[in-house]
Amino acid sequence: MRIAVKGATLALMLATGLAQADTLPTPQDDVTTFALDNGMEVVVIEDHRAPVVVNMVWYKAGSADEPEGASGVAHFLEHLLFKGTDTLDPGEFSRTVARNGGSDNAFTSYDYTAYFQRVAADRLDLMMRMEADRMVNLQLDEEDILTEREVIIEERNQRTENDPGALFGEQRNAALYMNHRYGVPIIGWRHEMVTLDLDDALSYYRKNYAPNNAILVVAGDVKPEDVRSMAEQHFGVLPPNPELTDRARPDEPPQRAERRLTYRDARVAQPYVSRVYLAPSRNHDDQKTAAALVLLSEILGGGQTSKLVRALTFDSQTAVWAGAFYDATRLDESSFGIAVVPSEGVSLQEAEDAMDRVIAEFLAEGVDAAQLDRIKMQLRSQAIYSRDNVERLANRYGQALATGLTVEDVQAWPDILQAVTGEEIVAAARDVFDRNQAVTGWLTTPEEVTQ
Amino acid sequence: MKFVATLLTSLLLAFPAWAEIDIQEIATPGGFDAWLVEEQDIPFVALELRFKGGASLDRDGKRGATNLMMALLEEGAGEMDARAFTERTEELAARFSYNAYDDAVSVSAKFLTENRDEAVALLRETLVNPRFDDDAIERVRAQVESSIRSDLKDPNSIVSAAFDAAAFGDHPYGSSADGTLDSVAGLTRDDLTAAHKGVIRRDNVFIGAAGDISAEELSTLIDDLLGDLPETGWDMPARADYALEGGINVVPFETPQSVALFGHEGIERDDPDFFAAYVMNVILGGGGFESRLMDEVREKRGLTYGVYSYLVPKDYAALYLGRVASANNRIAEAISVIRDEWAKLAEDGATQEELDQAKTYLTGAYPLRFDGNGPIADILVGMQMDGLPTEYVVNRNAKVEAVTLEDVQRVAKRLLRPEDLHFTVVGQPEGLDLPGQ
Repeated sequence: MRIAVKGATLALMLATGLAQADTLPTPQDDVTTFALDNGMEVVVIEDHRAPVVVNMVWYKAGSADEPEGASGVAHFLEHLLFKGTDTLDPGEFSRTVARNGGSDNAFTSYDYTAYFQRVAADRLDLMMRMEADRMVNLQLDEEDILTEREVIIEERNQRTENDPGALFGEQRNAALYMNHRYGVPIIGWRHEMVTLDLDDALSYYRKNYAPNNAILVVAGDVKPEDVRSMAEQHFGVLPPNPELTDRARPDEPPQRAERRLTYRDARVAQPYVSRVYLAPSRNHDDQKTAAALVLLSEILGGGQTSKLVRALTFDSQTAVWAGAFYDATRLDESSFGIAVVPSEGVSLQEAEDAMDRVIAEFLAEGVDAAQLDRIKMQLRSQAIYSRDNVERLANRYGQALATGLTVEDVQAWPDILQAVTGEEIVAAARDVFDRNQAVTGWLTTPEEVTQ
Repeated sequence: MKFVATLLTSLLLAFPAWAEIDIQEIATPGGFDAWLVEEQDIPFVALELRFKGGASLDRDGKRGATNLMMALLEEGAGEMDARAFTERTEELAARFSYNAYDDAVSVSAKFLTENRDEAVALLRETLVNPRFDDDAIERVRAQVESSIRSDLKDPNSIVSAAFDAAAFGDHPYGSSADGTLDSVAGLTRDDLTAAHKGVIRRDNVFIGAAGDISAEELSTLIDDLLGDLPETGWDMPARADYALEGGINVVPFETPQSVALFGHEGIERDDPDFFAAYVMNVILGGGGFESRLMDEVREKRGLTYGVYSYLVPKDYAALYLGRVASANNRIAEAISVIRDEWAKLAEDGATQEELDQAKTYLTGAYPLRFDGNGPIADILVGMQMDGLPTEYVVNRNAKVEAVTLEDVQRVAKRLLRPEDLHFTVVGQPEGLDLPGQ
């Protein structure tokens, strides 16, 4: 069954963005790519089943690209892009999309910020015109800033302050990343959010919002040549930012010591233990290790037949829920996590010990061939199922291109996943499962008796 | 900005293709009705089954039985125990999900063309021959109990539970379909087999499919899949009486942000004014960033990340609800603004411009819903359960267009009753003007 243990799964998902194996565009994807003269990349995914289009602009700038002391500014700016421009009144962007029968929104992650509209295909030109407009013509005043800052603080209240699992995830990530900005929450630390001002927002905007730092992804009932002419007309005329620099972020130093933390909160209903290890992400030069880790997360915690679930919920009644999570698509070093929600009467220490036993057994016994076959069959089937959701495909390309991968990398990924061997999965596991590069966290109530 | 006006004129012509969406009505030899949208581009089928009655069919004292029963359908069936079943599902790359709601239980399936027969045979076993093995019952019971415990400390769940209990008392609508810790602990295997017989049956099923399958193939598939279910089962629930009065009820809970659920009685799905109400709600609190509530509470005052309202036409009661969350020291202002907007729309009505905007939004957004086999199968079942004809997909936007400003003013006066508006607030709200205190 899939009744998720709410606190646990929610926290893990929010902490890592899209967890789990997100896979498989296939060679059948009708994908065309090109670049504009000013450096803006364009990806067109054709799906002519319905006269609908998704228009997305991805900026290769997220929370991990923020200056120190201004955490949350990437996300704050994302909100502010719905305010006015030279020619649009505040709120007019969304109002126009709605008047044209579309819906629009945006999201910010560690490595990217993306804006999108879903709309009838014959409205694409208007969407692009407006996106190009707000890429360079944003107009903000002090009042916009102050009101919207209240909104993002309420957003933080809703997502984080009201949710002990999310607070726990913040502490855990901050402990995992000792030097890299992945240790700072995307939405920002509250004490820095309340100081964000017009200068913070505009300087992030001027530095990062430019065609040579953006990717246009258009998916749906469109022809590549039409997208090209619209893109050239609206985005092609914008000058590139010559001062755009490499996305050099501080590296992690060698991590030499295991970290542990316990977060106690009276609002915790269901204590759990989780551990996150530093783990490589997909790289242009090497997607193989990440592919092995995707399969590892499936083998250990990907569902009813996974090792953790079998051992802890079927063979014993140690846990009500167990799982693994891994975000393969990051610009820098990612993390691999496992979590166990103990059954009534089972302590967190017992749960953690049981979790470690399962990992040790897996490393000793290796990969079960039949399980690996089933997982690969499911990944192959996603090639079929995922064609039904063109927006998800668009997300895959946008995410990959915003984190240093190429279209070829995206298209090679399914085959790389299929080619991973059991030995490679165990080898990847041995590399990653180093307690000196990990944080083990307990989320529990004030009363929980620890040992 | 200037370039919008010219585009608006062409809006009504935008979606001729949707008139061509071809819904086939199928009557199977075995006596089932089903709707199909055949779409051969991608070699899989999405099949949606819903059995009316749902968790509201729970017997007295057995709250949560239907929910637990549904969760156990994928935990072993026929010759297969839970492990064997899951492994087989994975081998076939089929996807089954089973859920319980207030008015229906749902079975959502996706399976590949290349192994359709095997996948359907597997699905059939779960519907016709679920095992309800003792070890599976205990495992899933523990998961449900964990979920219930989480809900007891989650402000969003607490607020729903408090509002529902006050509104509907002992009717199933008054409590969570998950059941309580006590009721779930007391459920036996017999309760689950009884719920299976009482809920999953031929006379209450609605069927929609979309994808790579012909009408003939679907017809055979359905008869194989559902033909051996019992003809009928438990009686449908009684009408639910709404018992809440206007005012504010606070459920104290130590957390920085208060969560409020507000509302009063709503309007039935088959009411002649339903469309007018639906359009009116878009203006008040229903549509994205554009509603009055979003504008007043979020955009102008920064009091919340999100505020919205929605019509809830259930089978045995109709509600009009909304939600907002604000810091404990700001929730009072948010509530006051919402009350004012509620009253203002009831008294003064909407403007022609607001109505026009709501219409273009709704008519434009409608075709965007049909964005994949899964969503289409869902829509087909929903339409049948609402008693709508297949032509509805073609006529629906015309019904929206037909709503006049007078309709909106009339329904606003009828539907919006500021004096009956009840707020349930979970948190430590400050400065609320509590009636009677």
